[in-house]
Amino acid sequence: MTNINKNNEKVVVTNLHKYFDHNEVLTGIDATIYEGEVVCVIGPSGSGKSTFLRCLNQLEEVTDGKIVIDSFDITDKKVDINKVRENIGMVFQQFNLFANMNVLKNIMVAPVSLKKMTKEEAEKKAMELLNRVGLADKAHSFPGELSGGQQQRVAIARALAMNPDIMLFDEPTSALDPEMVGEVLDVMKELAAEGMTMIVVTHEMGFAREVADRVLFMADGVIMEQGTPEEIFGNPQNPRTQDFLSKVL
Amino acid sequence: MDFSRVFNEAMPLLLEGLKLTVIVSLVSILIGMVIGLFVCLMKMSKNIVLRAIAGIYIWIIRGTPMLVQALIVFFGIPQLIQLAVKGFRFDAITAGIITLSLNAGAYLAEIYRGGIMAVPKGQSEAARSLGLSKTQTMIKVVLPQAFKFSVPSLVNQFIITIKDTSILTVIGMAEIVNQAQRYVGTTYVFFETYSVVALMYLAIISVLMLISNYVEKKLKYEGRKRHRDQH
Repeated sequence: MTNINKNNEKVVVTNLHKYFDHNEVLTGIDATIYEGEVVCVIGPSGSGKSTFLRCLNQLEEVTDGKIVIDSFDITDKKVDINKVRENIGMVFQQFNLFANMNVLKNIMVAPVSLKKMTKEEAEKKAMELLNRVGLADKAHSFPGELSGGQQQRVAIARALAMNPDIMLFDEPTSALDPEMVGEVLDVMKELAAEGMTMIVVTHEMGFAREVADRVLFMADGVIMEQGTPEEIFGNPQNPRTQDFLSKVL
Repeated sequence: MDFSRVFNEAMPLLLEGLKLTVIVSLVSILIGMVIGLFVCLMKMSKNIVLRAIAGIYIWIIRGTPMLVQALIVFFGIPQLIQLAVKGFRFDAITAGIITLSLNAGAYLAEIYRGGIMAVPKGQSEAARSLGLSKTQTMIKVVLPQAFKFSVPSLVNQFIITIKDTSILTVIGMAEIVNQAQRYVGTTYVFFETYSVVALMYLAIISVLMLISNYVEKKLKYEGRKRHRDQH
């Protein structure tokens, strides 16, 4: 894509380590992600991709290392993580729409509770977003009444309601029936085209190849190789990357 | 069989008792629900002291009979307080409400905890990822869902609490059983009187079950019904 602003480092990760008990899941990650960049993270399961993503908004506490987002060091205990999270949207594999609220409330609850918008503003914004993801007619449905693809599109709308400037996607299409993958990827492509900074953990190699500005290949808790989609998919250098791609492509 | 005698002579007493049973049950359930919520949050907190206090409270209440708890609250604790405040005592109703609330609180805390743990972790992760605080996440997302999961167990506990008021006859609280005992003490019409007592409990609890069925249905169909209204 063309919107990358190399002068603005949105996310800077330095020497990130993460242990679960005695199990070291991330073994030293360094990465910089620029404003407007779309980064896809690929790799075998167990490689730490999701853990890496979840560290970026502190859903996982980091064991060691530094994560700076918009010049806030979020590993610093003095930084109000809730404030930082307001600017980082996240979309989950299992959608995680709030089961006790209808679609409209799901989208409105954060901006209203956090006093970013009045109820009226939030409702207007929610309807705009629902229009955008093609689900305006579902505003009063409950999550359980929607298909997986519809739920995920609502989840994207919910994350966007806070006007974030970074979006994290944790395998957003992995729990979907095959025929619904396209509708979710289309919304993500649109978002990418509008210049959103996106970090996407995915198994959709087609999406990564088409939309990513940069692809990170992770294995054993580190970034083994990174480059443009052409470099990674066309001419991978690392034997682990070659091996992984030969299995999934 | 002499039911007409019981209806004529004992009914006013038994209805007095019924009234007290209902009031004491309601008040105790309400206080117990608040105690339960706090104890549950304490038990789930990261603070080890709070967790220990909650754990000990639940352990003591669950590990001792309510009859003994009532005796301690009514006779034992006032004696202790009398060391500092001369002539201090609880009336039976106060002691009864304290006992029942403390008792229900411990069981309700565990019921809430079960409900909270039944809410998928992804629900609170999604809320936190949007920037909601822990408290906001609890109030807006987790507790409403936990409540829904808990309804059947909550109703069960309410039924137990209502029936447990009968134990409070030992401290002389004038609920249904106590009134009945006073009446049969002089008249010896055991079968008829205690049958009426049983029917009164059955009536209260039947009303409660009707309400709970309604609530459960309402929580369950909320989504589908509104959806249908749309079309």
